[in-house]
Amino acid sequence: MAARGVLRIFEGRRVLDGIDLDVPARGRVGIVGRSAVGKSTLLSIVAGLDEPDAGEISVGGAATASERLARCALMPQRDCLLPWRTALDNAALALENAGVPQRDARHRAAPLFTRLGLAGSEQLRPAKLSGGMRQRVAFLRTLLADKPVLLLDEPFGALDAITRAELQEWLAGALATAPRTVLLVTHDVEEALLLCERVLVLAGGRVAAALDVDVPRDGPRREVVTSAAFTDLRERALEAIG
Amino acid sequence: MRRTWPPLGLLAAAVGFWELVVRAAHVPDYLFPAPTAVVSSLVGDAGLLGRATLVTAREVVLGYLLAVAVALAIAVAIHFSAALRRALLPILVLSQTVPTVLLAPILAILLGYGIEPKLIVVAVVCFFPIVVNAVDGLRSADAELIRMMRTLHGGRLAIFRRIELPGALPAIFSGARVAATYAAVGAVFGEWAGSSSGLGFVILQAQPALETARIFAAVLVLSALALSLYALVTLAERVLVPWQPEARNA
Repeated sequence: MAARGVLRIFEGRRVLDGIDLDVPARGRVGIVGRSAVGKSTLLSIVAGLDEPDAGEISVGGAATASERLARCALMPQRDCLLPWRTALDNAALALENAGVPQRDARHRAAPLFTRLGLAGSEQLRPAKLSGGMRQRVAFLRTLLADKPVLLLDEPFGALDAITRAELQEWLAGALATAPRTVLLVTHDVEEALLLCERVLVLAGGRVAAALDVDVPRDGPRREVVTSAAFTDLRERALEAIG
Repeated sequence: MRRTWPPLGLLAAAVGFWELVVRAAHVPDYLFPAPTAVVSSLVGDAGLLGRATLVTAREVVLGYLLAVAVALAIAVAIHFSAALRRALLPILVLSQTVPTVLLAPILAILLGYGIEPKLIVVAVVCFFPIVVNAVDGLRSADAELIRMMRTLHGGRLAIFRRIELPGALPAIFSGARVAATYAAVGAVFGEWAGSSSGLGFVILQAQPALETARIFAAVLVLSALALSLYALVTLAERVLVPWQPEARNA
């Protein structure tokens, strides 16, 4: 995925003012910044839900909006689960949309529930699920769209800190079993540094800093986030956010 | 169960008061019958009222189903075509300004004394609140759900089937419940314009004969009919919209 000089103007304001972006296949890039800095706008443009006013963008060689739409799956900030569907049927939504009969779609979605620690919640409606469970189901739904690129828009923004830490670990595990190209938008610098290989800081419509996350992240979370290399990266990111 | 007690208690008190006043003031039955007179008419005229109820109930149910079918078809058509929306909506509003009392005799002249003009009158009276609520419900789908859906292979039809239509069901049922209370009145208008059976016809016959208690009895049955339809629609909603939190009580 590559973007060159992406420009987007809303009501005279340059929300995105020449963004360059490269995400290698199966790479993970995080985008951090203050709220209303254009992070979600950038995701919409990458997804093909919106067009830039200037600049070029291509996803797997596809440049038009409808081609990009065919290659990207979006996980919105709110879980956006359909209240009239069970967790399993919510996860299988994209398969049904693609024309897979409901029974087959369920058969394909069910193993993921077991594999990713959601067994037992298949038949529950979203109203019966906790916030953390809802986000997990929303992620499964995005994964099952079977698209090369996942666009995650503040996937854990609405969760409490403890649940969020749990889900970050869960997501890392899920992406290890089902690797995808990921663009993760978040206001949580630590989250981006834990989950991504490269983190871009957006400020004033531009990329204010690009950080390669080259710190070891295998150990326990508390050791990772307190290591000198990690805290140094975090300081640089926070400084760039301004 | 607890919420049925207050209205029942109030109703019982009102009926008791009514009986008391009629007896104390020696009001003749043909002017204003006491509740006991109405009850004795319900029992004494059970055969007549029963046959009439079957006729009217058929008109109410079939007319109502016709209204639901037509209303949903119109709502979906309007939802998919902005041009149709602009063309059709003003006409629909206009159709509601034509008084049903005038529409019924015209339909009777055109279609005769059979069940057809009654069904049309019931449908005309009932379809409007369903259309309006259905159109609003279909349009009020969450924009973010639709964005998400588009990135998950969701085409126009999938968005309609899996997002807009289920999301609109509570609104559709709101309209359907309002419409259910109109249906019995529509059937009576239809019968008044020309018929030889039904509860409306019974009322029409009883009036010059000063059988006032029978009129009250027929009205009571009509209310029960409307209430039953309302209860059926509410039951259908419970079955078809099970994800709705139990906050609302009808």
